[in-house]
Amino acid sequence: MIDWLAKLDRRWIFLLMALSVAIPILFELKFPESPTSQAQAVFDEIESLEPGSKVLMAWDYDPASEGELGPMATMFIKHCCEKKLKMYFVSLWPVGPQMVDEGIEKVIKAEFPDLEYGVDYVNLGFKSGYEGVIKVIVTDLRELYTTDVNGTNIDQIPMCRDFKSVQDTDLIINVSAGYAGIKEWAQYAVTPYPDKIKLVGGVTGVNAPLMYPYIPQQIRGLLGAIKGAAEYEDLVVNAYVGDKPPERYTVALKRMGPQLIAHILMMVLIVVGNIVYLTQRSRAAVNN
Amino acid sequence: MKPHHYITAIFGLIIAGAILWTALNDDAGRVFVVPTADGYVQASELDKAAGLASVSYDRTIGLWVSAMFTLFIFSFLYEDNPLYKIAESVVVGVSAAYWMVVGFWDVVIPNLLGKLSPAWVQSWASPGLTPVRDEGWFWNIVPLILGGMLLMRLFPKGNWIARWPLAFIIGTTAGIRLIGFIEADFISQITSGMKPLIAVDLQGNFDLSTSLKHIALVLSTLACLVYFFFSVEHKGVVGGVARYGIWVLMITFGAAFGMTVMGRIALLAARFEFLFKDWLGIVT
Repeated sequence: MIDWLAKLDRRWIFLLMALSVAIPILFELKFPESPTSQAQAVFDEIESLEPGSKVLMAWDYDPASEGELGPMATMFIKHCCEKKLKMYFVSLWPVGPQMVDEGIEKVIKAEFPDLEYGVDYVNLGFKSGYEGVIKVIVTDLRELYTTDVNGTNIDQIPMCRDFKSVQDTDLIINVSAGYAGIKEWAQYAVTPYPDKIKLVGGVTGVNAPLMYPYIPQQIRGLLGAIKGAAEYEDLVVNAYVGDKPPERYTVALKRMGPQLIAHILMMVLIVVGNIVYLTQRSRAAVNN
Repeated sequence: MKPHHYITAIFGLIIAGAILWTALNDDAGRVFVVPTADGYVQASELDKAAGLASVSYDRTIGLWVSAMFTLFIFSFLYEDNPLYKIAESVVVGVSAAYWMVVGFWDVVIPNLLGKLSPAWVQSWASPGLTPVRDEGWFWNIVPLILGGMLLMRLFPKGNWIARWPLAFIIGTTAGIRLIGFIEADFISQITSGMKPLIAVDLQGNFDLSTSLKHIALVLSTLACLVYFFFSVEHKGVVGGVARYGIWVLMITFGAAFGMTVMGRIALLAARFEFLFKDWLGIVT
């Protein structure tokens, strides 16, 4: 048995992993989520804002991370719409504006058609330059953003007239898949202006452990991967949606079903792998 | 038979099965849309039930291409093969072209040409742009010249000229990042690490859990620093502290691995959801 396991083709493990993810999706397995302190901190930070407050929505991700970050991005927009906040979308990633458009279609146009572009929300688009962009717009937005994503002059957009720099925002909400992302917003926006600029966000699982040292001084709250998104979904749904939420507000919660089964499989594989390794090592010691 | 023959045969069967499935199920393998003032949006179940939705053939083609490319990429798990190579090449090519186009329209046009000659750019590219030059507009000649010098890299005899703007980019980036790291990571992290070892709550009572948390944080930080301090041999007390530092690092790496696994599974789940729901319509 041990020898069979030691020589097992890794493609069987891929197949097992595929089944462990596919079966919960096919049977729509869902498990309840209870929010942890970080999801609660993100929720409370947005909840504490007054209607009409300015929120910079920095969408720094692309389709490669949509599976992890899309659900939390959707819920951020939903929460801001419910709170009647002014949303300024920007992106440091080239495909970010398309991610913004998707969120606008999915939430604002579908559920909040009364919200007006240029008055309640605006998509300022992508700028290349990574942290250089943040360093500039933290003192002067118009130095880089002269038009919105549609080419409209920024001075002709009502909600942009009194928006001179990132320091004018009441909160930055960042959805980040890596560089440039939440770390750079913490480094170049929050750290130089700790009393003026507040930051919350959501990141991929790969990035989450690297961001925890910035909590709570530089990042007020952080959603880590799909688990953080599911917890935040739970909070927003309970506060604003009710018992029968539309499918778009339970995406992360549904993805936690495959997570559970796949993580159990992963743990079993780690234990079995270690047993195989230790057995082979003890056999080698006996033979020598 | 070679492995890629098996893969091709399996894909043939999957595609044939999918075509058969979509032929038998009206909702599968097709994208339905409804007209709006801005164009078309994807139809909901209610729209379909009300008879307002129609099949969008271009979106349906996109759906099938997307599904095929997802399967092509998955095929690498079996073995490297031509289908995977096709998908990989298309992703690389499309990404490079997209970057170039976005860079031109979002950076070169508004932030360089739009600053140097706003009236000209307004006339053909960006009607929303103000036709009046900013004060100090001539400073934008500097990036224009540096950008031109950078393109000299394409010419074998003049490629040394490209080293000057490159040196400028590296120098300024290093300077910006250095300040950022000193302020945000070095000083701020030291400040965040200075915690009271005996914590009290808002009423002034001793807070055991917070105190333990702070003690663990401070001791673990110091132990990790000791592990990376190689001027003293890791023996005796120093060796013991360094060993504790290794444990802290291992726990950190374990947590990072767990989070990475979670991220990857979420991405896999998203692709399966696409295949089962959007493409085949097996789940609602």
